[in-house]
Amino acid sequence: MIGEAGHFALALGFVLSLALSVLPLWGAARGDAALTEAARPLAHGALLAVASAFGFLVSAYVANDTTVLSVVQNSHSLKPLLYKITGVWGNHEGSMLLWVLILALCAASVAAFGGNLPSAFRARVLAVLGWVLAGFLAFILLTSNPFERVWPPPPDGQGLNPLLQDIGLAIHPPLLYVGYVGTAITYAFAVAALIEGRVDSAWGRWVRPWAVASWSFLTLGIAVGSWWAYYELGWGGFWFWDPVENASLLPWLAGTALLHSAIVVEKREALKIWSVLLALLAFGLSLLGTFLVRSGVLNSVHAFANDPERGVFILGLLLFYVGGGFLLFALRAPAMAPAGLFAPVSREGALVLNNLLMCSLAAVVFLGTLWPMFADFLFGATVSVGPPFFNTATFPLVVPLFLAMAAGPLMPWKRAALWPAIERLWAAALAGLAGFVVALAIGGWNPLPLFGVAAAVWLIGAAATDIADRAGLGRTSLANAWNRAKGLPRAAWGAAIAHAGVGVCLLGISGMGFASERIAALSPGQAVAIGAYEWRLEGVRDAAGPNWTSRRATLTVLRHGQPYAVMEPERRFFPIGRQTTTEAAIRTNLLRDLYAVMGEEEGGRAVIRVHYKPLAPLIWIGAIVMALGGFLSLSDRRLRVAGGARRRAAAAGAPA
Amino acid sequence: MTPALRRRLLLLAPFGIVAAGGAAFYGMLQGRRRGDFNPRGVPSALIGRPAPFFDLPGLPGVEVPLLRHADVASPGRPVIVNFWASWCVPCVVEHPQLMALSREGVPVFGIAYKDRPEASRDFLRRHGNPFARLARDEPGRAAIEWGVYGVPETYLLDPRGIIRWRFAGAITPQILAEELRPLLRRHAA
Repeated sequence: MIGEAGHFALALGFVLSLALSVLPLWGAARGDAALTEAARPLAHGALLAVASAFGFLVSAYVANDTTVLSVVQNSHSLKPLLYKITGVWGNHEGSMLLWVLILALCAASVAAFGGNLPSAFRARVLAVLGWVLAGFLAFILLTSNPFERVWPPPPDGQGLNPLLQDIGLAIHPPLLYVGYVGTAITYAFAVAALIEGRVDSAWGRWVRPWAVASWSFLTLGIAVGSWWAYYELGWGGFWFWDPVENASLLPWLAGTALLHSAIVVEKREALKIWSVLLALLAFGLSLLGTFLVRSGVLNSVHAFANDPERGVFILGLLLFYVGGGFLLFALRAPAMAPAGLFAPVSREGALVLNNLLMCSLAAVVFLGTLWPMFADFLFGATVSVGPPFFNTATFPLVVPLFLAMAAGPLMPWKRAALWPAIERLWAAALAGLAGFVVALAIGGWNPLPLFGVAAAVWLIGAAATDIADRAGLGRTSLANAWNRAKGLPRAAWGAAIAHAGVGVCLLGISGMGFASERIAALSPGQAVAIGAYEWRLEGVRDAAGPNWTSRRATLTVLRHGQPYAVMEPERRFFPIGRQTTTEAAIRTNLLRDLYAVMGEEEGGRAVIRVHYKPLAPLIWIGAIVMALGGFLSLSDRRLRVAGGARRRAAAAGAPA
Repeated sequence: MTPALRRRLLLLAPFGIVAAGGAAFYGMLQGRRRGDFNPRGVPSALIGRPAPFFDLPGLPGVEVPLLRHADVASPGRPVIVNFWASWCVPCVVEHPQLMALSREGVPVFGIAYKDRPEASRDFLRRHGNPFARLARDEPGRAAIEWGVYGVPETYLLDPRGIIRWRFAGAITPQILAEELRPLLRRHAA
């Protein structure tokens, strides 16, 4: 029953999104106000239909309805309720439905919050989102129906990949998908602008909040994914240059470039064609990620069950949306006024440098991820690319990025001199030097991480300088500067906080360079030490959960010989699916992590690996700070002013 | 070429790139459907040929003899050569399968690829050592000779030292049961 209702809701969503893709365009082209305005209710209707389909699928999982194939393959009655629900998107069909649900949410939120957009433009944006929605709903209905039935129903489900039964994974895909799918909104803005053949500073203002929102979610999603790999895969790294990780990094890099170039469009009406191109590119890269993960053309730990038939379908969608977008771009962009000239040393110049570096980084990651595949296909030649390649190739690009990131926000628009901006950074430079010295004193000579710490402190210092400078600190009284700082636009605060977040994250990454680890085979009572910390094995015992059994070690952590904490790493065995996972024990104080993993047992001794990771938590805290900066700038007054305009319009439209 | 035309062509470039990339992806998917393109089981130019020559240093701190070219030139029984690294995620996934083979007495030889020796050594201490002989290829030169696509990558050599099978990616229990074991049995005879 649940299956039929969900299937019907999906089909209904498909029909509504088809209507959404055609009627508003028709209305906008003919100047028919009723059809143009139909875009908003249609977008809301499509959301309602897709959300009910998703609700039906969740309830099938919760009720363990074994007439639904997806439940049988991915769930089990013994699974805890939370993981029954998160299991909905732990597989190909369910995750596609989540993807489409978020897309429908995006369309509905453009309909709801896009009050500042001209009616015809909004109708076109929503119609483009309607194309995407219709395409992916067709994909789900034709190749990956999550409501596929089985009859007669088997007595119970077949479990779920235990690696996926995890809280990090529960929140990871929704956040990541909001970021991925959010790029569809900026894509729709770009295509709508190309259809109208006009890109101006208003376009830059409209597209920016959506670019910032999707970027912020993507940042959080990538951070949660990396945190998951850190504690679940159990060897203490945080980024593996895995193809699927890279696939999420690519739209992030393009999105970062876009949200900076959109500023230039808004303030200076330059970089217009470029920004449109970036918006198309960001969505293209996020679709490419979807395609790579689900078609089986590449090799990764994260891959979903793959199938070339589905791959052909997604490839078709990808070529239609991205190829179509670029074709429209090739036809319309030449008619757009070329970008005005401006001085290389200026705010816009710094933003162009940011764009160049971001795009070069994206190109490096793109080539490193896809080149082995293409080389193999085209020449039958094989090349190997791994972390050594990525580390070497990205390093020379991030160094100038960190230097420019600090100076850029301090430069005025139009024409600046380099020296005054650098001069104002003396405090940040001193702080960086101090950071270097402190790290040297604590961690010893280790050049790369030391310069990383210096650069991180320099970035945080530069962000603080930016705010202090705008507030007029040093040029006016302290109280006055404080008031001015409070009165600064939230977008300015957001930018400074996001830049500081990059510094915080870099500080964490540099801390990884000072991390130490030790491995020892311990009998109960024996201990292994790193610095002031000592881990003493008390014993290993059996433990059991709802659908797993485990061997759990109890370690007493001593600090300077005093009991400090208890850590319990374990190895879990999942009988359904016959898999073993490592559950690392992590003890954090937000400035450093103690990390313990249990290995094999042999003759009464257990192999215990312990890590001391100074600053490691800052990697994820930094990412959260970046995203917070993004959200803060979303709450800027300019958006609220638009809200005011909307209210005024509504009041004027009300009968007197 | 006039500037206006050049500009038009430049703006057409993104479309051209997407079209070309799309065509290549389509080719890959068709190849996967027919079975002649598989990013994991890429056929190697070396299949049916003897192992390329290599001369590599050993892994200090691991009590296993050095893997030399002579050990694979004419081993007298089927042997497995596995390229791996401590930084490689799928290597952990395939590790239990290598351990199982080594417990059964199949000679599994390892070459640590682009990895610091301490890191490789810690990896083996942590997860156990399935390798009967080891060498390390920190610069990755031998891997180029072998045509390694990425780690992990595994080669099966017959008793005369001819490469019979090559697999890029983690050897899952399924690959072990369905491909590797039958091949081992066939070449043992």
